[in-house]
Amino acid sequence: MSVREKKVAVFRKEHFNAAHRIFNPAWDDRKNEEVFGKCSNPNYHGHNYELIVKVTGVPDADTGYVMDMKVLSRITAEEVLEKFDHKNLNLDTVFFKDLNPTAEHIAMVIYELLRARIDPKLELQVRLYETERNFVEYPAD
Amino acid sequence: MVYLTRLEHFNAAHKLYNPGWSREKNEEVFGKCANENWHGHNYDLYVTIKGEPDPDTGFLFDVKKLSQIIKDQVIEKVDHRNLNLEVDFLSGKMCSTENLAIGIWQQLVPHLPSEITLHCIKLYETPRIYVEYFG
Repeated sequence: MSVREKKVAVFRKEHFNAAHRIFNPAWDDRKNEEVFGKCSNPNYHGHNYELIVKVTGVPDADTGYVMDMKVLSRITAEEVLEKFDHKNLNLDTVFFKDLNPTAEHIAMVIYELLRARIDPKLELQVRLYETERNFVEYPAD
Repeated sequence: MVYLTRLEHFNAAHKLYNPGWSREKNEEVFGKCANENWHGHNYDLYVTIKGEPDPDTGFLFDVKKLSQIIKDQVIEKVDHRNLNLEVDFLSGKMCSTENLAIGIWQQLVPHLPSEITLHCIKLYETPRIYVEYFG
């Protein structure tokens, strides 16, 4: 296999700060507290989220790029940072009106937002850190 | 003299908003940090004490006890909280990292034994922004 047919993964790292509350509206306060503990605080809490966007594909024969990182950076800024940074995920975004803003769901939403803007022939995966020690990846396979 | 530091973490929501100003003025001064529905951070708190090691233990202070004092006096009050609404020692103050560091200092001092001197509160709001307060 020549180098021209091999896949390479490229990564772009971004971060945003947001407030949220993990809360199931179908449950009463006691049940929410029991399941989600202090994460269900009605007055919200917040995180410094760190996002790693992974794009995989064969480098373009003309440019040598899997994807122009400036373009990936701009798309991530437009689709994620402008919508989530310094926001309340529950109140200020359209995505979590009926969806609990867990790290899992946030990663899935970010994936869909980016997927729509990135060449379908490139593979995409997002890793989202909610804290240094808690992070998720989507898709998982 | 030896300096000993304990690192703790907490996550909280806040906003930078001066209720004495109009919304326009708040947005002008604080930008997106003034978002009325809050935003949030993972805070890293470094508490540094100083003194001479005890000759019997070799310890400046039992770091497990220091950790417990920080947890009881600070972390319990701020972790997974809204700093503007729920933290008694920030009541009536602007919720900047500067004021939070000063407030944490004031929370800890009365609970440290007399032979221990609090040296520094170093508080990271993000990995790139932190403040230090030396009392």
